[in-house]
Amino acid sequence: MTEAAIAVNELSVRFGLATAVDNVSFSVASGESFGLVGESGSGKTTVLRVLAGLIGHWTGRAQVGGHALGAKRPKALARVVQLVFQDPYASLHPLHTVDRVLSEVATIHGLANAQKRIVGTLQAVGLGPEFRFRFPHQLSGGQRQRVAIARALILEPSILLLDEPTSALDVSVQAEILNLLRRLRAERGLTLLLVSHNLAVVANLCDRVAVMRLGRLVEQADVERLRTSTPEHAYTRQLLAASRGYDRAAAEIEEQASPA
Amino acid sequence: MSETLLEVEDLHVHFETATRRVDAVRGVSFRMGREKLGIVGESGSGKSVTGRAIIGQVPAPGIVTAGRLVFDGIDLPGLGKRARRALTGRRIGMIMQDPKFSLNPVMTVGSQIAEAYQVHARSSGSEARARTLEMLRTVRIREPERVFDLYPHEVSGGMGQRVMIAMMLIPEPDLLIADEPTSALDVTVQTQVLAIIDDLVTQRGMGLIFISHDLNLVGSFCDRVLVMYGGRVMETCRADELDRARHPYTRGLLAALPRIEAPPGDLPVLNRDPAWLA
Amino acid sequence: MRAPTGTTWREYLTAATPTSRRHATVQRVYLAWVPFSRNPTAIVGLVIVALVVAVAMFAPWLASHSPIAQDLSYRLAPSTAAHWLGTDELGRDIYSRLVWGTRTVLRVIFLVAVITGPIGLIVGAAAGYVGGWWDAALMRITDIFLAFPRLILALALTSALGPGIDNAIIAIGLTGWPPLARLARAETLTIRSSDFIAAARVVGASASRIVFRHVMPLCMPSLIVRLTLDMAGVILIAAGLGFLGLGAQPPQPEWGAMIASGRKFVFDQWWIAAYPGIAICILSLGFNLFGDGLRDALDPKAST
Repeated sequence: MTEAAIAVNELSVRFGLATAVDNVSFSVASGESFGLVGESGSGKTTVLRVLAGLIGHWTGRAQVGGHALGAKRPKALARVVQLVFQDPYASLHPLHTVDRVLSEVATIHGLANAQKRIVGTLQAVGLGPEFRFRFPHQLSGGQRQRVAIARALILEPSILLLDEPTSALDVSVQAEILNLLRRLRAERGLTLLLVSHNLAVVANLCDRVAVMRLGRLVEQADVERLRTSTPEHAYTRQLLAASRGYDRAAAEIEEQASPA
Repeated sequence: MSETLLEVEDLHVHFETATRRVDAVRGVSFRMGREKLGIVGESGSGKSVTGRAIIGQVPAPGIVTAGRLVFDGIDLPGLGKRARRALTGRRIGMIMQDPKFSLNPVMTVGSQIAEAYQVHARSSGSEARARTLEMLRTVRIREPERVFDLYPHEVSGGMGQRVMIAMMLIPEPDLLIADEPTSALDVTVQTQVLAIIDDLVTQRGMGLIFISHDLNLVGSFCDRVLVMYGGRVMETCRADELDRARHPYTRGLLAALPRIEAPPGDLPVLNRDPAWLA
Repeated sequence: MRAPTGTTWREYLTAATPTSRRHATVQRVYLAWVPFSRNPTAIVGLVIVALVVAVAMFAPWLASHSPIAQDLSYRLAPSTAAHWLGTDELGRDIYSRLVWGTRTVLRVIFLVAVITGPIGLIVGAAAGYVGGWWDAALMRITDIFLAFPRLILALALTSALGPGIDNAIIAIGLTGWPPLARLARAETLTIRSSDFIAAARVVGASASRIVFRHVMPLCMPSLIVRLTLDMAGVILIAAGLGFLGLGAQPPQPEWGAMIASGRKFVFDQWWIAAYPGIAICILSLGFNLFGDGLRDALDPKAST
């Protein structure tokens, strides 16, 4: 698989004695949109952070956009892969204006035409020039997440990692952000890796999905198959049932299935 | 709805700071019996403040006014502060989103539940302990003796929320207010906790106000749904008829929800009409 | 700088859409000023500090006499029309010495702040962000400084460096940074684990850029508050060193030294020691009130 945008082989991550990610392998083709689903503690976010170069101590092999990842993160990697964080209230520096957030990235990488790029990227994420000099506290949650997406896109990466990009947002704002991500993917030919606990969000944006539980990857499937037939793994079926709302009968089955 | 358990009429809550005034709840009215009533809305809709106003726990500098706020024939604002706290403590329970912030970190969970019982029942210590263990079994905790002596940081999120439920239900209240009781929990644990609330409320004939942002959940869990936006009730309908909601706001929210069954594609975006709040 | 035509200052300061980098900065300052200006005690503190600064600036015009001119025929006099606050044991005008003394005390405060602030900030932020071996080494050095009472350490340093106001400033400065470093480190530890720092790393920002541009600006508010509150202590230590004869040397007017010289006459000519004491109290109080007000205004948890 030479064209794989992301290839992960036997990736394991330990924090102290706890194993957060246990021997996980998967690959994402260039231009594909891949979902990583699981609950808190499943290790899905840890995988994402390894791929973004935020975690150095891991074993196995990982390759992103042709770069083999090592313990250190080369600066050039930033132009290939970018990460959008879960909580836009936490991922923007409270004292930096939108302009400063974007122009700093341009300065770090010596981008030409910084001014034009800033305005252009803001426009691409649906923010007019009036937002340019605002501080985060002058923006709504959805607008903040657009700024975070703009920060990721100004370097024109080919791969975008998304860590629960809509879980801190209201339903109506979530729809706007999902639509934006779909449009940007089509316009820029992005490869997306979306981490979420919400199967419906993944189904909306992704072509393929992998389910993680307790650090292991339990099932990989086409989203189309989720729609039409029952998944193989019992855990995936549980997630699927839970995403449809409350069902008293389902609760009985689960209690028998999962001790705790 | 046989008898009226709670009647709220023209409830207003506003917060006033030196620089501005925020109207969180603007004229909410509803009536409920011993049923499961869902209040659904986005952040800032006033749904949580409504719940807190009923038990008289709106944080400062909030100011509550109401045309009528009657619980089981008792006029709540008419009671003195202490009488009201005693009444709500015994007869109205509240479960918050995150059990970590609601449990005392330096007391074992068992002694906290037992204390909640003793405050209202004035019983002996051994009786309180027996009742607590029974209650822990009721919320389906398998080894109640072991869990009794654990501290809040030693229990998982799902277990902590069960402990909260046990603590709130041990005085046998008539009304339970649950504010996003499962949104800090994983989806699979969520279903189990909901099933416990569901069974207890049904068996004991309690009223439940279930506050949530999750339309799917409220629609499938409750009997009736109140949709709030901008501090007002947009619409009230039967939960199983939520799919056929008439108000454009409710319809917009429902349409904006991604669904597994739906083919991938752009989601309809909600267009807010200022006339909804006129 | 003018407000753009067609808008009032108020509109400019509260506009929801700042139009330039400068506009955004001005708005941020205004946002901190609003709660500060509504806090009466903070304003009292600001006024006291501002008045003392003004007195120092206009000392030559405000003083009625030379601060060092002696008049041995007119020693230990109580307050009169000629000498408003009386004279000391060498017949020098106490009022004029107090006025000129503001220059000494403000010079001490300013230089101590310039020494302790940056050292504390850089040591604390670097230790907190880099962590590991660096953190351990820098914090142990901090602990050693913190192990001694501040006045004793300053005393030891001044006696080693030799008496004099400049050496006193250096000594106070060198003993003042460790609590600030502690504070900056604690702030940095919470800041470094936040998402916006992770985001800066993902876009390729270097460690020094993150420390200087992302971490330090967030440490600044609490550091400025702490520094302001510390100033009351600095004034007292400077006065203490002066009192012990290790600070300002005669005939330079310094409030602590003035109290020391008045000590011998405190029962009969109480005003010689009392007036500089009152001046020290007022200025310390001013800095304390000012610092408290700053804390309320700059506290990120209290603002929206």
